[in-house]
Amino acid sequence: MRLRTRTALGVGRLAAATSRRLGRGAGEVVGGTVALRFAPDALAELATGRTVATVSGTNGKTTTTRLLSAALATQGPVVSNAGGANMPAGVITALASATHAERAALEVDELHLPGVARATQPKVACLLNLSRDQLDRANETRRIAGIWRSLGGELPGTRAVANADDPLVVWAADGFGATTWVGAGQVWTADAMVCPRCAQLLRRDAHRWWCPACGLERPETTIDVGGPTQLVVDGARHDIALHLPGRCNVANAAIAAAAARELGVDISTALHAMEQVEAVAGRYETVRLGGRDARLLLAKNPAGWVEMIELLEAAPARPMVIGFNARAADGRDPSWIWDVPVQRLGDRPVLVYGDRAADLRTRLAYAGIDAPSFGSAADALRAAPGDAPVDLLATYTAFRDLLVETGLA
Amino acid sequence: MSAGVGVSEIAIALVYPELLGTYGDGGNAEVLAARARWRGIDATVINVPAGDALPTSCDLYVLGGGEDEPQTLAAQSLRDGSPLTRAVEGGAVVLAVCAGLQIVGESFVGSDGEVEDGLGLLPLRTRRSLAPPTEPVPPRAVGDLAVRATGALAHLPVLTGYENHGGRSVRVDTVDDAGGPLGTVVGGVGMAVGNGTPDAAEGWVRDLGRGHVVATYLHGPVLAQNPALADHLLAAATGAPLPDLGRPDPAAPLRAARLRQLGLPPD
Repeated sequence: MRLRTRTALGVGRLAAATSRRLGRGAGEVVGGTVALRFAPDALAELATGRTVATVSGTNGKTTTTRLLSAALATQGPVVSNAGGANMPAGVITALASATHAERAALEVDELHLPGVARATQPKVACLLNLSRDQLDRANETRRIAGIWRSLGGELPGTRAVANADDPLVVWAADGFGATTWVGAGQVWTADAMVCPRCAQLLRRDAHRWWCPACGLERPETTIDVGGPTQLVVDGARHDIALHLPGRCNVANAAIAAAAARELGVDISTALHAMEQVEAVAGRYETVRLGGRDARLLLAKNPAGWVEMIELLEAAPARPMVIGFNARAADGRDPSWIWDVPVQRLGDRPVLVYGDRAADLRTRLAYAGIDAPSFGSAADALRAAPGDAPVDLLATYTAFRDLLVETGLA
Repeated sequence: MSAGVGVSEIAIALVYPELLGTYGDGGNAEVLAARARWRGIDATVINVPAGDALPTSCDLYVLGGGEDEPQTLAAQSLRDGSPLTRAVEGGAVVLAVCAGLQIVGESFVGSDGEVEDGLGLLPLRTRRSLAPPTEPVPPRAVGDLAVRATGALAHLPVLTGYENHGGRSVRVDTVDDAGGPLGTVVGGVGMAVGNGTPDAAEGWVRDLGRGHVVATYLHGPVLAQNPALADHLLAAATGAPLPDLGRPDPAAPLRAARLRQLGLPPD
């Protein structure tokens, strides 16, 4: 490692330690930011000689990265930004923390994929899905697909592992020299009504989508979600019993398995390793707060909400507490809550808190759901009827605060 | 249709929600329907899917925001046979938000950078920059937007919402009865603040034929944050003053919170 990079990483570690001492968080971001300022090439240098896989998409990044790490760990040490710090600074901090690990599973923010991928030259780039999220920052979803698409041409050594059921992802992945297509499904289609290539209306049936104007269509897949506990790989069914609940996590596992296979892990070994993953950065974990047991659920955009509502519908209704913020990392515009089919929450009691609880409360009221508002998650949990565990759903920053509050971060 | 006193049912068309629904604007139809029903008016929301011809018999039409390609596609469909124009001339009320505002205007810039014809319901021209080359293309307008209503809707309290658009819009010189701005920007960009235009006009209001058109860049959805504007549109569509809501207004907590968060005085 060059002296300049080594020095930069040292200064970064110092900044991270200071940040931790001041109680400002884990210090992953500030450490990496400082290192980047002193040695802009640090990322490329830290990635040299390693086998890198990146994971990007609107939803499922952290979980897919965790599942992929587990699969790759069957071959040897893996480094990963497991805490979800997915911008260049967080990636640097992760890579610097384990210079001996030959494999890296890196979660990367959608808009930062070009910078990180150019520097780290991944062998595999997982492209999960694209849907509306933080539109104040991303502006338009198709723009991100376009950025990925042109990136593909700059990465001749990178294979995309991409969701064939998401038209935006397919158009983006077509820019890569080689692609493994995975049928991971798409529960939220509202951002993929129009052909990303020619802007005409797409058609869909139960199994596929296609553009009648230009012929862009769902490609043939090699790995598919076969059911709530099943993947289909090259036509053969494989049972998978994840600890993580919900269809969305089977989809994440399908992508992770496809990526692991490209990196030399056979499917059975990969699935077995992924089945051991119990919790991912607090998601689905049960915590104690306000004298109540609560299961933590993250939903930061309409597609994520639909996934969580599907998960909730599969079990008996329990009271629900929802934390709703619109800070920078959530997206400053919470209008999207009107895209969420909140009617599907049924008649379970709902209690709300958060900076923008009033937005959520009014949205629920128009759907006929009377949701009282509280000053904090703990207050809402204390007021929740009954004594059964509560489902505690939160937007990104509200979720992060819950992890700190309950000692998970 | 909007036949005056005693109206007991209204039909609300949500226009091409797959194309014009990027920013939760479908909520506007939900708000209108709920506020009508609470007053004993039988409201129906008709989702008009993209690709279908727009029915001309509805009382209220709601158009929302969308990305460039879907917006261009929606405008192409709506130009064909001018169904929205015919509905308005027959007495319908239109709420057009963001991409919707641009579509009901005179022209806008399409996804390929070419100028696209709008529907010409409003005398608004939308461009990336309104005065090139003197005024370079401004940054995308993204953030909270607050508007003091003027002109025809001056009786409404200050309007709040969120804006997210690349285009800037300005009046093109046209006939006298072309209507006027919805209001004046008190925070944010709106149609064109800072792009070579002298005033801070935002949105547009026009009576056209027997109909009524209101357009704005306010998302939120705008009718969730501004119940008074929702009731104005309902009154225009029914042609009569609205009966009392008959319950505490579910929009009141949101309204109060938004005014407080934006540093505006309470209603």
